[in-house]
Amino acid sequence: MNFKLRVWRQKNSQSPGRLVVYEATKISPQTSFLEMLDIVNDQLLTMGDEPIAFDSDCREGICGTCSLTINGEAHGPAHPSAACQLYMRRFKDGATITIEPFRAKPFPIVKDLVVNRTALDRIVQAGGFIGARTGSAPEANSIPIPKHHADLAMEAAACIGCGACAAACPNASAMLFTAAKISHLALLPQGQPERTRRVLKMVRQMDAEGFGNCTNTYECEAVCPAEISASFIAKLNREYVRATLCASAGE
Amino acid sequence: MIGNLDAKIPAGPLADKWRTYRNNARLVSPNNRRRFEIIVVGSGLAGGSAAATLGELGYNVKCFCFQDSPRRAHSIAAQGGINAAKNYQNDGDSVYRLFYDTIKGGDFRSREANVYRLAEVSAEIIDQCVEQGVPFAREYSGLLANRSFGGAQVSRTFYARGQTGQQLLLGAYQALCRQISAGTVKMFPQTEMLDLVLVDGHAKGIITRDLVNGEIATHAGDAVVLATGGYGNVFFLSTNARGCNVTATYRAYKKGALFANPCFTQIHPTCIPVSGQRQSKLTLMSESLRNDGRVWVPKKQNDDRTPREIPELERDYYLERKYPSYGNLAPRDISSRSAKEVCDEGRGVGDTGRGVYLDFADAIKRLGENTIRERYGNLFDIYEKITGENACQVPMRIYPAVHYTMGGLWVDYNLMSNVPGLHVIGEANFSDHGANRLGASALMQGLADGYFVLPATLPNYLAGQMGKRPSADHPEFRKAEAEVRAHVKKLLDINGKRSVDSIHRELGLLLWDRCGMARNAHGLREALAKIPQLREEFWSNALVPGDGEDFNQSLERAGRVADFLEFAELLCLDALARDESCGGHFREEHQTADGEALRDDENFAAVFAWEHQGNGQVAEPKLHREPLHFETVHLAQRSYK
Repeated sequence: MNFKLRVWRQKNSQSPGRLVVYEATKISPQTSFLEMLDIVNDQLLTMGDEPIAFDSDCREGICGTCSLTINGEAHGPAHPSAACQLYMRRFKDGATITIEPFRAKPFPIVKDLVVNRTALDRIVQAGGFIGARTGSAPEANSIPIPKHHADLAMEAAACIGCGACAAACPNASAMLFTAAKISHLALLPQGQPERTRRVLKMVRQMDAEGFGNCTNTYECEAVCPAEISASFIAKLNREYVRATLCASAGE
Repeated sequence: MIGNLDAKIPAGPLADKWRTYRNNARLVSPNNRRRFEIIVVGSGLAGGSAAATLGELGYNVKCFCFQDSPRRAHSIAAQGGINAAKNYQNDGDSVYRLFYDTIKGGDFRSREANVYRLAEVSAEIIDQCVEQGVPFAREYSGLLANRSFGGAQVSRTFYARGQTGQQLLLGAYQALCRQISAGTVKMFPQTEMLDLVLVDGHAKGIITRDLVNGEIATHAGDAVVLATGGYGNVFFLSTNARGCNVTATYRAYKKGALFANPCFTQIHPTCIPVSGQRQSKLTLMSESLRNDGRVWVPKKQNDDRTPREIPELERDYYLERKYPSYGNLAPRDISSRSAKEVCDEGRGVGDTGRGVYLDFADAIKRLGENTIRERYGNLFDIYEKITGENACQVPMRIYPAVHYTMGGLWVDYNLMSNVPGLHVIGEANFSDHGANRLGASALMQGLADGYFVLPATLPNYLAGQMGKRPSADHPEFRKAEAEVRAHVKKLLDINGKRSVDSIHRELGLLLWDRCGMARNAHGLREALAKIPQLREEFWSNALVPGDGEDFNQSLERAGRVADFLEFAELLCLDALARDESCGGHFREEHQTADGEALRDDENFAAVFAWEHQGNGQVAEPKLHREPLHFETVHLAQRSYK
């Protein structure tokens, strides 16, 4: 198969970027999207050009490192999947494919298709944890957790932290990411003691990073490789209102 | 130099050793802990849990990872589960049984005292993770669920769908985030360790490169902890993430740390087969699938019928046939080798003939598709994404692939290497899995080391080190920094014609062929002759574009491949020196009449630990032995029949 690629090239966060056209030729349909980029990079290398910088690590959809916007969609057309799980058989022979980085103001571009997503780490650092001191935990089966609570918590916890939700959102909102962590921990008995302060701190940090607000467009849910449901955003809103009332009541 | 290797195992009965150790180990008092700087390299299950726990104890911790976030370490990709001797299923499990299964699974090449301690702390890990909010699978009663795994006759594996590694890592990551916000841990993402610094023979710091702006920096500490994972990517194709590398441990080896049992590599039996020339990595299908999937190939050679057209009588369920008591849950090394055998006989399936079926039809008939989907849903999805096939309708095709490395830097009972102050945890050390790791034991070991063992053993070293931390301007730091700068420049100056990946791929094929699932002296000698040529090719003809003061992924990769090209030789040398078969190390010269690994306990019941002697070609590394004493278990021919 042959493709025409329009790829975002940008030297670093300061310089302006632009789309550059490359040809990808004789690509087998079984090649993954990132392997196709590897092949193009090998060609660029032999022609004396600098290879296209892009992020990837596990290449099986779990580490959340890859961060490509393909034809305007975060992670490309094969939802639910990360860009690394996309195969060239999804595209028509001869197609033109536009490849850009994840775009959101809190994700500054490092180079070409690579962005800095430490804003997401800082949201978790603000309170996305249970303060369980190592060694002080009670016996694991001492607190039974109804299966459907555990299952629902797992659905939220499955987030891979890629940031596609913010990249797809017209407001660059990270509500789905933040909601997933808050819901995961709020659904479990172990998460109760810090429930109020957690949501207040995480939301404050999310705003401070410059992420926008949710206006229910559901683009986040549509592109999420881990199929995190947008209903968790509703849960986040309920948690936030509850916490605000608790806080104002002096709890 | 290094005398006899002393593992510093506490005296006394096996079951009392860890308690005795803790009762007698030196401590650092709470108000003195903040005077110590601990460097932790790696942020996976081992590094992340260690950094979080040490920070919580009050030490100042600097934690480094090459990924853009500590949450992306490759532990995240572990699927199946984590073992713990809880005996929740009332099926006769105990600390002793988990210990015994691990020793036996490792084909009697691991250290009794370390493995017993691992089994002892396993139960505490589950308590800790549940308290952190890890959403393990549960029964309707609300209590924790278990599944069984290879090499065990009890159900002791805890799991979170097929994403157990992800959930455990997020638990450790969240604990780490809590310490970062408390100011006890300073995190350095996208920062790669390029050398270890020794001052007066003690590990007192590292040299790093910032992968975003290329800045080379020095970091001094009171102790260095390496939690940098395994070296499976020396084979190019493996289930490891693209970034996994041997650089940190190999640089430590070049600074005097012993590298133990590098030839003990694990080839995982259930991976998606290789499909193309340009494939960049392989994908694992969790071993837990073997609980409900049955492995088979056609009885006939070159049978090109579709699997459903092949009647029951013409199928060979070879694991059930050869190992009736463990069946499809035979340990990984045995299952992998059996798959290779049937494919070598011409009975493999798929386009390449290098594949076997893993069939869920019987389980679906027995339990219904919903139950099977609930147990393995995301694994079936991964399989369908890659192959385009639905495993509920057609059997999966699987084939072994490099997955884990049991070898690593030598450590004593304190998890400290022979270099004082250098501690090594998780997959990066060698200690617990012998010649073959059992499924669901890597997560257990990483977290045991990081949450419980290292925090108890590290003070034993630190207690004598108060005030001995050198300044990062010490001449040893300046010297190491200059060497790192020269190395980076040397890579950029090669200016050849060939891509680094193509050389790496060639190295990988050579190793897979000569030092993979089956090895022999002739093939290993060939590999040992070929590797220096490849290294020469790299240093004269590799093409590393760009410069060092920039985000340069080609340069990152080139540095790692340069180390793989040296390390590969050590791996083959060790495989040649270990003139026996054991676990994942199968020497064709040594097998029983029915093709099982034949150990030689008289000569090889020992750890082989290699000491670097100048650069590769100049002198062969020096071999040190640590004899393994089995006081509790009886050495026996492993049988899973």
